[in-house]
Amino acid sequence: MPNSDLKFAFEARDVSRVFGHGRKAKTAVDRVSFEIRFQEIVSLVGQSGCGKTALAKLLLRLDTPTSGELLFKGRPIADSGEPRAHFRQVQAVFQDPFSAFNQFFTIRSQLESCFRLFEKRPSKAEILERVDAALLAVNIKPREIDGKYPFELSGGQMQRMLLARIFIIRPEVLIADEPTSMVDACSRASILDYLMKLKEELKMTIVFVTHDVGLACYVSDTLYIMHQGQIVERGAPARVTGAPESPITRQLLDDIPDVHRDWLGRGGAKAASAERTLVLVS
Amino acid sequence: MLKRLLRSPGFLLGFGLFAGTVLVALLGPVFLPIDVRHRVGLAYMPPSREHWLGTDHLGLDMLSLLIMGLRASLFVGLLAGSVATLLGTLIGVYGGYKGGWLDDVFTVATNLFLVIPTLIVLILLSGSLDEGRSLTLIALIIGCTTWTWSARAVRAQSSSLRARDHVALARINGYGTLPIVVLHILPYLLSYIFMVFILQTASGILTEASISMLGLGPYDSISLGTILNEAIKNEALGDGAWWAFVPATVLVTVIAFSLYIINTSMESVFNPRLR
Amino acid sequence: MSEPVLTVENLRVHYLTRSGTRVQAVDGVSFELHEGDILGIAGESGCGKTTLVSGCMGLYIPPLYHTSGDVRIAGQSIVGMDRERNRREVLGSKIAMIPQGALNSLNPTRRIRDLATDMILSHDDRASKKEISERLRARFERIGLDSKHVLSAFPVELPAGTKQRVVIGISTLLNPRVVIADEPTSALDVSTQKSVIRLLFDLMDRGIIASMIFITHELPLLRHVSKSIAVMYAGEFVEYGTTEQIIFDPRQPYTKALMSSMLSADPGRRGQKPVAIEGAPPDLKHTIVGCRFAERCPSVRLDCPRTEQSLRQLGERQVRCHHAE
Repeated sequence: MPNSDLKFAFEARDVSRVFGHGRKAKTAVDRVSFEIRFQEIVSLVGQSGCGKTALAKLLLRLDTPTSGELLFKGRPIADSGEPRAHFRQVQAVFQDPFSAFNQFFTIRSQLESCFRLFEKRPSKAEILERVDAALLAVNIKPREIDGKYPFELSGGQMQRMLLARIFIIRPEVLIADEPTSMVDACSRASILDYLMKLKEELKMTIVFVTHDVGLACYVSDTLYIMHQGQIVERGAPARVTGAPESPITRQLLDDIPDVHRDWLGRGGAKAASAERTLVLVS
Repeated sequence: MLKRLLRSPGFLLGFGLFAGTVLVALLGPVFLPIDVRHRVGLAYMPPSREHWLGTDHLGLDMLSLLIMGLRASLFVGLLAGSVATLLGTLIGVYGGYKGGWLDDVFTVATNLFLVIPTLIVLILLSGSLDEGRSLTLIALIIGCTTWTWSARAVRAQSSSLRARDHVALARINGYGTLPIVVLHILPYLLSYIFMVFILQTASGILTEASISMLGLGPYDSISLGTILNEAIKNEALGDGAWWAFVPATVLVTVIAFSLYIINTSMESVFNPRLR
Repeated sequence: MSEPVLTVENLRVHYLTRSGTRVQAVDGVSFELHEGDILGIAGESGCGKTTLVSGCMGLYIPPLYHTSGDVRIAGQSIVGMDRERNRREVLGSKIAMIPQGALNSLNPTRRIRDLATDMILSHDDRASKKEISERLRARFERIGLDSKHVLSAFPVELPAGTKQRVVIGISTLLNPRVVIADEPTSALDVSTQKSVIRLLFDLMDRGIIASMIFITHELPLLRHVSKSIAVMYAGEFVEYGTTEQIIFDPRQPYTKALMSSMLSADPGRRGQKPVAIEGAPPDLKHTIVGCRFAERCPSVRLDCPRTEQSLRQLGERQVRCHHAE
């Protein structure tokens, strides 16, 4: 459980990540500063190339900033010893469930490999119990996946495997990188339900990375709108969408084809040809 | 996928040819009386019913010589190929995965070795090791100077695999570099590495044949290359003794060719470029 | 009422898997398109919409085969037409497709001018170089492209948005009666998406395209683009009506679930919880008895898995559900 003296899970001060040098240098994250509280749900929102994924990797410690200070629980991430200790507390789910797992090993063995993160290796019985409990938490019957390889399961099941990992590891923070974009519309709601479950039952702090503004508004407490590596706007969803301050946010909101607005400026698709009979019932 | 391979005509042809030569090499001595020490006839006798491929300049049975030579050449090829593939894979996979300064160091080393002309090294070494030249030594030298090709090929693959999600997942599961390379990168490269091995073997056989043909081959072993060397030295061509060099040349060509076709057909089945 | 530009009548299309099993990907689809119509087809991956597109265009390339049903363009049936005739007379000129992932469909080794010229020549090999050049220039300028720069460029030299316009430009060069746009904007960011959609409407307004079928998994886009929407599930249309009806007042349970998955950024409309549907669409390798959505339907009744559900008229729309009202 978090130290009661610490208010923030993450603190960033002028964090940048630049790739390459000289003229060919590419700035993926450009001097961002922010604070994320414990149990807050935050969304990094923007179009592809805005730097949201690059920033997520920095939070996850899969990458290090080239300048600036990035703190987790008050201590710089890069300095906090072994990466394993960080991964024990900060985990991720990825966008593409199929490419997220190794095709050569069974699912169960890959779920069990999460236990490498734990200092005191639990007994076989404890591992079994924890893995089975995690599977049940995402509505998968444990025996159903026995001996199965990733390519034998469906996309929806694989996405739930990614979530099952989180139920096994029980980190304090979850970075969710576009967890619903490759999932069928019908399954999207269940993924969101599981994420809410993680927040409620395991008191998780969640950082959502997405290009879908509607989704971000639905799940988060705070939105960070990103553009070209910078955070151009931040705030509660209602405020950001209701009264955007940045022209970039305004442009983004204007460009999204929301069903309740006149997006194209043609008076909406109200030219519904109701008079024409829809033909040929099979 | 294995099934697709078995249906590919190129693969069947190549595999058939190569398997055939290996069988001849292995089983030849069992079924045929191989005698490479005693004169069985006059020098350069043409093929006859007792000696299917005639005799060489010393009157030894040509067929026996060829089978011994085949065994030696295959041995050198496979050993050189294994050494080259092993070295190249280790260096390529690690450099490709880690990136950064390690990759830079490995790349410089690879480029250095790349420009070392294998043949010249062999010639120089052979020159100074008159009696120490054995098949094994030659094979090792070939292996240690031709690994650069595998290293570059494997490095490119490894580098692109590093960016995959399952590798990121392995990292956040707390795996270190060695386990990730072994468990999460190598399995995806196995078919590629196998193809690399095939090409390195073919190249090893050809290199050995070249150097032996120049007279700098193994000291007291018989290989297909040394057979050719003897043929040149004793002017078999001028004498019209085609059986002294044509079969050896054909064998070398067939082995290299069969290996190349196997590789090409595997490539079209596995198509590593799409990975 | 004028004659329909495209008539699809009980179309059934199947494909054969490597082991020889037959998968009925499209199982009885019917609709009509008139001039000025924009039909949106909504559905998730595997519902058969891509196969339906191939069927509408007469592109039956094995392992895809036509099972039964008819497709008529401007009254002329294209089913059973041999491939060469189809290519010459139908594809591109009567019905054209703007492909999915359009950014990869331009041959990278040729200049835009050559790719466009190919399109013209495939239907009119007598056109002179001068005619072609003038035609390309005029058309490209019309769609807002700098023709001099774009025509002489290679695809790799152009940004994504421009490439998408080029693909649209080339596909519609022959003024097709029907254009099928299969996920034309999925690879673009939202601002480019808007301008590409505007371009499509512009082409319709000018009469360059007579009618359009728009396929996307992005439902809000359908709302703004199509005039009528057909929702596809497991090879069939499960609901077919005007855009207003489908988006705001869906009746069929699957359509309802689909529409509820849209999350709006609009501050006034938040908090509507999407409906979670477990499971996956049925395997089309076997013949299915009863309603195809029954095993996942939140309002399933006892008779649903046993009773064949046919498309019936419900007011001004068609619904494939006996219990919908």
